[in-house]
Amino acid sequence: MSAQASPPPPKAPGYMLWLPLGLFIVFAGLLLVGLLRPADRTVTSALVGKAMPQFALPPALPDRPGLRSSALADGKPHLVNIFASWCIPCRVEAPQLGALAKAGVSIEGISVRDTRADLQAFLAQNGNPFQRIGADDDGQVQLALGSSGVPETYVVDGEGVIVYQHIGEIRPEHVDMLLGKLKEAQQ
Amino acid sequence: MKRLLLLSVAIALAAPALAQEAQSTAPYAYRQLADAAQEARAQRLMETLRCLQCQGQSIADSDAPIAGAMRSLVRERIARGEQPEAIRQWLIERYGDYVSYAPQLTGLTWPLFALPVVLALVAFLLLRRRFTRRKSA
Repeated sequence: MSAQASPPPPKAPGYMLWLPLGLFIVFAGLLLVGLLRPADRTVTSALVGKAMPQFALPPALPDRPGLRSSALADGKPHLVNIFASWCIPCRVEAPQLGALAKAGVSIEGISVRDTRADLQAFLAQNGNPFQRIGADDDGQVQLALGSSGVPETYVVDGEGVIVYQHIGEIRPEHVDMLLGKLKEAQQ
Repeated sequence: MKRLLLLSVAIALAAPALAQEAQSTAPYAYRQLADAAQEARAQRLMETLRCLQCQGQSIADSDAPIAGAMRSLVRERIARGEQPEAIRQWLIERYGDYVSYAPQLTGLTWPLFALPVVLALVAFLLLRRRFTRRKSA
């Protein structure tokens, strides 16, 4: 089989010449979008809109009761704050939690991987806005709530349904938003 | 001799630097299960679960406290006789598909599974055409 004997190969259509460049531009565009607008990697809880999972945590301190999930379904909305004495953003949000407590919000705490002495020192320094504090020493209730870090704050309505999850510290500009969520949860 | 004694006393008294985050206190964060078969099953599952804090790592690789809590969760449930896939589902219910490195077949991901089959089929058809043509020539 020699080259002269075979018929000339059929001519490719004109757009084939530009196809590789076109594909390259599409890929470069995709890369640019990924670079300029990186995807949000915050892991939100898939439980928002669902009932709070059942749990019962022992008291973290002698002067406050522990936290049971049944205590959250008492007809009025609650804030459930996941915090720890070793967590620096938790110090940042302490004044805002204090303001929310002053506004009459009932705030429940879940202290993650903490010791009693550290916790006492933390609350003495930053104020104690909590009605109850449950000790989640091995972090299992944190996992049950779909929480991926500390601090996180859940708005729970009177029936014990999670209506909102706030990830990261509560800054002064978040206080009104959270009060609004709590008001919505009351209706 | 005196200096050596002083030095050894100093070393004995030296406190380790405080970690920035509390170590995981969960019972099975850093302890393997006694049953080797169970531990192997737990290890296989842990290698395919994402650490939520250091998101490029699996919980088997990560030293983050939350990864320790997740390892303990996996081992405790395996020891109780739960199926690995049930534990994966439990975590997906809470954290979404992102927590698992093993892609699940869903309405969003089915093209990932279908595409190789389609490509293999196309390749087969193309090759068959080519080979039959050559045979007839």
